[in-house]
Amino acid sequence: MTISFNINGQPTSLEVDGDTPLLWVVRDMLDLKGTKFGCGKAACGACTLHVDGKAVRSCSYAVKYADGKNITTIEGLSNGDQLHPVQQAWMEEIVPQCGYCQPGFMMATAALLSEIPNPTDEDIDNNIVNVCRCATYYRMRKAIHRAAGLQSKNAKNQPS
Amino acid sequence: MKKAHRAYLAFSLLLALLVFGFSTPRPHPPEPKLPEKSKSTAAELTPEQAFDLMMEVLTHKRCVNCHPADDYPRQGEDSHIHNFGVQRGPDNHGVAALQCQTCHQSENNNHAGVPGAPEWSLAPRKMAWQGLTRVEIARSMLNPENNGGRTLEETVHHLTEHELVLWAWEPGVDANGTPREKPPVPKAEYIKAVKTWAAGGAPIPEE
Ligand code: FES
Ligand code: FES
Repeated sequence: MTISFNINGQPTSLEVDGDTPLLWVVRDMLDLKGTKFGCGKAACGACTLHVDGKAVRSCSYAVKYADGKNITTIEGLSNGDQLHPVQQAWMEEIVPQCGYCQPGFMMATAALLSEIPNPTDEDIDNNIVNVCRCATYYRMRKAIHRAAGLQSKNAKNQPS
Repeated sequence: MKKAHRAYLAFSLLLALLVFGFSTPRPHPPEPKLPEKSKSTAAELTPEQAFDLMMEVLTHKRCVNCHPADDYPRQGEDSHIHNFGVQRGPDNHGVAALQCQTCHQSENNNHAGVPGAPEWSLAPRKMAWQGLTRVEIARSMLNPENNGGRTLEETVHHLTEHELVLWAWEPGVDANGTPREKPPVPKAEYIKAVKTWAAGGAPIPEE
């Protein structure tokens, strides 16, 4: 079937079996390798991206549901050269170890900050349930708080 | 003689192929076991018998896993608390950035083993069934304070037509590819039982 969506701002149309996982399409057909495959069972969060601004685990999301929607992957998280506060904070806190899980965490965090701009530790525990086998959770928590601060600082600096 | 022997061999081979070749055991979900009392059709049941049959379904894990008495969905055949600490959230669809729809879509995903149906969510807290007796479930179900103000007719509609409820008979496979257990009464029998019970005045037996 033909599926059309915007991905990172680019209109895209594909001929594809509608039951193909969106992750397969993103990585193998569109060659956007930032989104990772971890478990393929909606358990680890490595494949998290945004569909219409909401976090979705793309390994378990059939591409047919994406028709007509806006998809953002880690490659499209920044605004041109301006890093997303989550990316900035991740660099400043030197979060990654092996790095494999990080795009998924960053996308989950960006979705969290758009819903809860100043998350508490409890909000982080309840909403960010991805898995990092290198156990970088401690640095991630710091980075999430830092990203919240950067986001609100950016918002204040926006010309009104 | 030799020719006849060969023909006999070929025939036996063909027979063996027909018998065994097409009857290779394939994994398939176990057929739901029909309780004794449902062997007559549900339409012939008294409302009291229909109640029993309906409750065989409503107390099954495919229903109760999503009617918990706390804020955590249950999952699996052992009704364990949903992995990853997934929570009910303010509107029964999960918390702000970890919604049910982060993983569950409008159909089962049998590649990933993630179940799905339209409006995938928890039943509201007031519709908690976990830990209740059959009588308590029925009373709660008919109480407009608990059931979202539904009339009996609307409750029957929910029980017999809501896609999320009927998902119980199309539960797909789990993360290991094992078919989920279905309720112990076939769907058509259950639907008839609910209607027979309601048409008979929705009697609830004494405890
Ligand atoms: S790869 Fe999708 S959740 Fe693990
Ligand atoms: S940084 Fe290695 S898995 Fe998370």
